[in-house]
Amino acid sequence: MKTKLATRKVAANRAVVKAAAHTAAVVPLKSRALNFGGKWDYAPALEDFKHIQIAPRHELFINGQFLAPHSGQYFPSINPATEQTLTEIAAADETDVNNAVQAARNAYENVWSKLPARERGKYLYRIARIIQEKSRELAVLETMDGGKPIKESRDFDLPMVAAHFFYYAGWADKLQYAFPGKTPRPLGVAGQIIPWNFPLLMAAWKIAPALAGGNTVVLKPAETTSLTALRLAQILQEAELPPGVVNIVTGAGATGAALVNHPGVDKLAFTGSTEVGKRIAGACAGTKKKLTLELGGKAANILFEDAPIDQAIEGIINGIYFNQGHVCCAGSRLFVQEGIYKTVIKKLRDRIETLRVGNPLDKNTDIGAINSRAQLDKIRKLVQSGVDEGGELVQSRCALPSKGYWYAPSFLTNVTMSHRVAQEEIFGPVLSVMTFRTPEEAFERANNTPYGLSAGVWTDKGSKIFKLVNKLRAGVVWANTYNKFDPTSPFGGYKESGFGREGGLQGLAAYCQVD
Amino acid sequence: MNALNVKKTYKLYVGGKFIRSESGKTLPAHAANGEFLDNHAWASRKDLRDAVAAARAAQDGWAKSTAYLKGQILYRAAEMMQGRAAELVHELSRSLNVSHEQSSREVTATIDRLVHFAGWTDKYQQVFGSVNPVATSHFNFTTPEPTGVVVVVAPDEPALLALIGAVVPVIVSGNSAIVLASEKHPLPALTLGEILATSDLPGGVVNILAGRRAELAPHLANHLDINAIVDASGDHALTAQLQSGTAVNLKRYAQRALTSDEWFTARAENPYWILDTVEMKTAWHPIGV
Repeated sequence: MKTKLATRKVAANRAVVKAAAHTAAVVPLKSRALNFGGKWDYAPALEDFKHIQIAPRHELFINGQFLAPHSGQYFPSINPATEQTLTEIAAADETDVNNAVQAARNAYENVWSKLPARERGKYLYRIARIIQEKSRELAVLETMDGGKPIKESRDFDLPMVAAHFFYYAGWADKLQYAFPGKTPRPLGVAGQIIPWNFPLLMAAWKIAPALAGGNTVVLKPAETTSLTALRLAQILQEAELPPGVVNIVTGAGATGAALVNHPGVDKLAFTGSTEVGKRIAGACAGTKKKLTLELGGKAANILFEDAPIDQAIEGIINGIYFNQGHVCCAGSRLFVQEGIYKTVIKKLRDRIETLRVGNPLDKNTDIGAINSRAQLDKIRKLVQSGVDEGGELVQSRCALPSKGYWYAPSFLTNVTMSHRVAQEEIFGPVLSVMTFRTPEEAFERANNTPYGLSAGVWTDKGSKIFKLVNKLRAGVVWANTYNKFDPTSPFGGYKESGFGREGGLQGLAAYCQVD
Repeated sequence: MNALNVKKTYKLYVGGKFIRSESGKTLPAHAANGEFLDNHAWASRKDLRDAVAAARAAQDGWAKSTAYLKGQILYRAAEMMQGRAAELVHELSRSLNVSHEQSSREVTATIDRLVHFAGWTDKYQQVFGSVNPVATSHFNFTTPEPTGVVVVVAPDEPALLALIGAVVPVIVSGNSAIVLASEKHPLPALTLGEILATSDLPGGVVNILAGRRAELAPHLANHLDINAIVDASGDHALTAQLQSGTAVNLKRYAQRALTSDEWFTARAENPYWILDTVEMKTAWHPIGV
């Protein structure tokens, strides 16, 4: 008994000493934050990339062959983390696009549509397997070309790419079960235009269901991230996919426009900005082209007082800083219930300090390089507008590399619904924080945007989750989680975030004719 | 001596009320053989805007009503049509100058179509929604939800059957609809409005306008509070114009390219049409303690 008491006293004394030591290190109240010291300095853990070969020049992939562009023009592809030129990429013009569409048409009519569905599926399985086997190399390339952390390209992008091909491979000979009562038919030649934020993953989202449905493809990767799509072309050759079934034309907006306007295209699928999506919709009006669009977003992450708060903070951080915020479904608006506002801001401020920003090839890196100079300028401009309109900027004090395009993880408080940072898609690591009182106010504010791609809800109360899931006008709602994806799970928007779904059973509808 | 006929000017059906056009204008309706039948209110751009407001106001409540109740109400609408079938037969016969038998056939098919789709209100979610076997520890499911306010452009023929065939798949899921009736044969549509008004369908869920298609089409396309257009007009000149609405606010556009005869066949009993005006919502929740 006595000894126990004594032990307690000693423990209490120690606590006093500890508290005193802590008090000495306390920072002034105004900038009060956790002091991590050097705790978050990690020794570099570079992913090996020296064995990765990048050809000095990349040609177009048309009819199973790599061909020089008609115009003879090439443009440089830059590593956004170093600003070094990785390679040069062929710029496809109308002639090249026309050749690619012709090749896709021939392949559709003479080969692909005549192939038994089971065989189509086997090609997709083959492609999936090769991707899995080359996934490390592809991940490194993706990181070098686009600037995303190797942690993400290795653990998220590549596994998801292979999974998409595997998933849709299995659908190829089961389509009649996806459309009860119907006999689905392919649409023909699909023109597909993809963005730079998940280059290879977006290619997989587009190509896999198109081929499973019996269509052939002309794919246009984004100008700044063509490298892995062209590496995929090599994989398609290795898989002995018949020539012309998938064609890849690289280039900028003009190449995309040539594809959109080509009369030989039966179906167009576009992922990118709402602005360009609307232009494509206008160009397709009055034609027979089928269209699916996956466009911008300004997702609300709604945090209730009864949420598991630390788990929610992690979800919010992942929701906005994943892939440098270059995510159309990024949780870029945070709505916090008033009672926990101060706690949440404090936790967010501490948490962004611990995010490691820098070399994307470092396995410790949480936030890599901004994809391009143009995107960096856009982020800066929008954040400046937020500050000008009265927002208060909280930014990580992390050091940024001198070369390359970087933006420190940031959030803005004191934001109102009318601010540009609450309405426009920033597509960068910047979160706008607002508050609410009642669930009704939460979903009304969340829905107060032309977009409707995704949303998040954080609460421990099940009935509240279902209420919010029902009320939120968004194609994907994550409850007590965020930024989760799966090939079996359909993805796509309401309102001006586009139409049609990618992924899952519902994703097949975009590539099948059912009447 | 015969008593004098009491002639009416047919009114538009907006927000559960019968309205004269804000424009104060009317159009004459003629039979197929050119004979004058009656006048009807001429829907203007302002009437369209009012109809959108009425449809928007009604949509949430309609969507919130249970699937069972929607089915009950649509079936009740079929009951009302059956009770007033003779009136519809008469309206079709005099508008299209066709036999009583032919009109009866269309009215019967229309009632059947309505009964058919009434049954889908609590089933299409099960057929087209899904629980998705994601590879992480999450419960994940996809359900359809109504897209909102939908404009339906009806074809000239079959004036009644195609209108119901195009509009019911839209409202089955909880959308509200604004129907632009046939320009050539507007009277059967306007009579249908009088029947719907006495069913239990809440006012504003179906609104019926009659007027000039070419005049209203650009306003349909440009209106920012219309979520989708279902174009059954069969009018190619109209297609591009209506479709261009997608470029304005990503309006969904769906075409019903059926011949007059095809509206009588199983091709027009297509539950996949319901999907043209729904949005698929996918929800995720972690599994764990």
